[in-house]
Amino acid sequence: MRVVAAMSGGVDSAVAAARMLEAGHEVVGVHLALSQNAATLRESARGCCTIEDAGDARRVADVLGIPFYVWDMAARFKSDVVEDFIAEYAAGRTPNPCLRCNEKIKFAALLDKALALGFDAVATGHYAQIFEGADGARELHRAVDMGKDQSYVLGVLNTDQLERSFFPLGDTTKLQVRQEAAAHGFYVAAKPDSHDICFIPDGDTSRWLTDRLGEQPGDIVEVDGTKVGEHKGAFAFTVGQRRGLRLGQPATGGEPRYVVEVQPRTNTVVVAAGELLGIDAITADHARWCGPPPGGVVSVGAQVRAHGEETPATAWADGDRVEVRLERRIRGVAPGQSVVLYEGTRVVGSATIARATTIREATTRETASTAATGEAPASG
Amino acid sequence: MLPEAIEAMTAQMATVGNASSLHTSGRLGRRVVEESREAIAQAMGARPSEVLFTSGGTESDNLAIKGTFWARRDADNARVRILVSTVEHHAVLDCVDFLEAHEGAKITWLEVDEVGRVHPETVRAAIGTDPESVALVSVMWANNEVGTIQPIAEIAAVAHEFAIPVHSDAVQAVGQVEVDFARSGLDLLSISGHKIGGPQGVGALLARRDARLVPLTHGGGQERQVRSGSLDVPAIRGFAVAMRHAVAGRAAGAQRLVTLRDRLIRGAQDARFGVQVTGDWEPGDGTRRLPGNAHLLVPGCDGDSLLYLLDAAGVQCSTGSACQAGVPQPSHVLLAMGMSEHTARGALRLTLGHTSTAADVDAFLTALPAAVERAQRAQMATSAGSTSRPAQKSPTRAM
Repeated sequence: MRVVAAMSGGVDSAVAAARMLEAGHEVVGVHLALSQNAATLRESARGCCTIEDAGDARRVADVLGIPFYVWDMAARFKSDVVEDFIAEYAAGRTPNPCLRCNEKIKFAALLDKALALGFDAVATGHYAQIFEGADGARELHRAVDMGKDQSYVLGVLNTDQLERSFFPLGDTTKLQVRQEAAAHGFYVAAKPDSHDICFIPDGDTSRWLTDRLGEQPGDIVEVDGTKVGEHKGAFAFTVGQRRGLRLGQPATGGEPRYVVEVQPRTNTVVVAAGELLGIDAITADHARWCGPPPGGVVSVGAQVRAHGEETPATAWADGDRVEVRLERRIRGVAPGQSVVLYEGTRVVGSATIARATTIREATTRETASTAATGEAPASG
Repeated sequence: MLPEAIEAMTAQMATVGNASSLHTSGRLGRRVVEESREAIAQAMGARPSEVLFTSGGTESDNLAIKGTFWARRDADNARVRILVSTVEHHAVLDCVDFLEAHEGAKITWLEVDEVGRVHPETVRAAIGTDPESVALVSVMWANNEVGTIQPIAEIAAVAHEFAIPVHSDAVQAVGQVEVDFARSGLDLLSISGHKIGGPQGVGALLARRDARLVPLTHGGGQERQVRSGSLDVPAIRGFAVAMRHAVAGRAAGAQRLVTLRDRLIRGAQDARFGVQVTGDWEPGDGTRRLPGNAHLLVPGCDGDSLLYLLDAAGVQCSTGSACQAGVPQPSHVLLAMGMSEHTARGALRLTLGHTSTAADVDAFLTALPAAVERAQRAQMATSAGSTSRPAQKSPTRAM
């Protein structure tokens, strides 16, 4: 097959490209230029889209003896990922830009361009596995190395995209990948992992957002409306956040307080003691299925952040919308985050969290809405 | 690299001898350097003492521009203007940018017409009523991207009416068109080894004996006290051998290249994809455009897609240039010629040389239609859904 190896300049995509070549494919390395001012040097050990990363990727391609190109997708990345990220925070939600990038850039714009140029597939250094299911259709599964598993950020891929994707590292541990890179003589074998959002190289999301949205002073209140502090922009807060609140006086019980709600319309941040954070009912939209959509109510594991735990749950889909009921309450679930559903190691699909609440509240609301409209709850 | 140049260079590498030393092996090395200097001078219509060896075209441009700017400004503080064309190589552009940012230089840009040519009258107008403020003029002999040959002798004549020194980067021109330093009237001319079949890492600045230059490197005082540093004797020998061959075989080679180039451009235009030739093209002519240069614009394509597809089909070509991270950039030359950024992205440069054959041209013409079709589809795939570049969806004037 003719395969584009997406090469970020890191160790994972380097070894992924090497493995595709070893498997006998015709491989061309492509580095995506995602930053509009790519002519900057890396500011910290982490980050991407810098001259050094492009140079590191090119160096690996040279060692492998494969052609290498830089594709400029900065404009697409800015409109589909960065601006979406800012708009989501401004709306009081907490987006995951890596999912958005996979959905809109890596397995859309990049894949489409590759296919148009005559390639058959794209290979990346993501830690996830693709298996052929009983019906011959491709299935997305967790990686063997659970510490590195990235199936969560790939939960937006549909079967067409999975047909055209390779994740050569899914069956390998990170340690083995580094050893393999060293054996190839790749200079990047010991390059640090990237953890932060690539377009916020110093990791200070709050300041980055304030630079773009401007300071918007507002109140921090308790659930009953009592003002307990002030902030410089509600957009910079995330449900479940404890640090950076700078509240003047301790809560009555002496318990730490957390953000439980961000209200963009009134620019208000609501805080409460930890116990109010727990939720077990999720309504999510923008559903994407990695296979056939679930028929009826299914038992799944639900994961709400990239490196979080899976919680047993039941879920049912209604068009673009997904309802998830967790078997136990979990904390720190913010609207805008993605909920990814698993059946064993298989990724069923993902959706963007619109509302996270308790089953008790959800039931009350549904009853109220049924009474008001006379419709069955499932069709709402 | 030319086999004769490799042979001469290899033989020279087996001998030691610093051309600056006084002992026997030093004398032998010096003899090779001076014979090479004479050979290059003869081939270029210059005197041996006018040949200053450098590490290549970029260093020659830097020495000519910075060296002249500093020397002229030292003599008269008011001389801070540099007249330079908008289509120069980055070795010149970045040099004048540096002088503007750090040395108080003022840049007067010499605009080009739609084929990329600087008119002598543009130079006269730029000198204007204030010739005393001009430090130097720099206009390349032939453009590296679109192949347009500049009226260098006429430009030099205009500047000399006002006693202003003139530099030209002739790196692309030597070996393709006749370049005669004395007849050009130029004060300074940059040439490079590897563009004429010689080694990389060596070049020369031809500088009239009355040209005053402030050195960039200081030390042993080699090369008329202007360019200190031990000379790379093997590279200089390889350079001289390549130069002799390039100039001796130039006329016959140029005619052959013109024929190949015309075949390529005609064939590409027939391909019904709206392919255009840029610059100054007249079939059969080898004096207005570099004989081996074919520069095409393919509508609706990104040059880098074409580059990949043609490379996969065995045709090596180039687009414009890339930034340091490797992102293809719209060419400043095409923008200076009045093209939109969008049009400039579909640029494809093909360079024909002494090893190119009619079969190579035909292989390119055979590969072109499928490559263009795929590249156009790829651009549609990439721009679909993009909201930030609406201009890309509207037709541009060049199409």
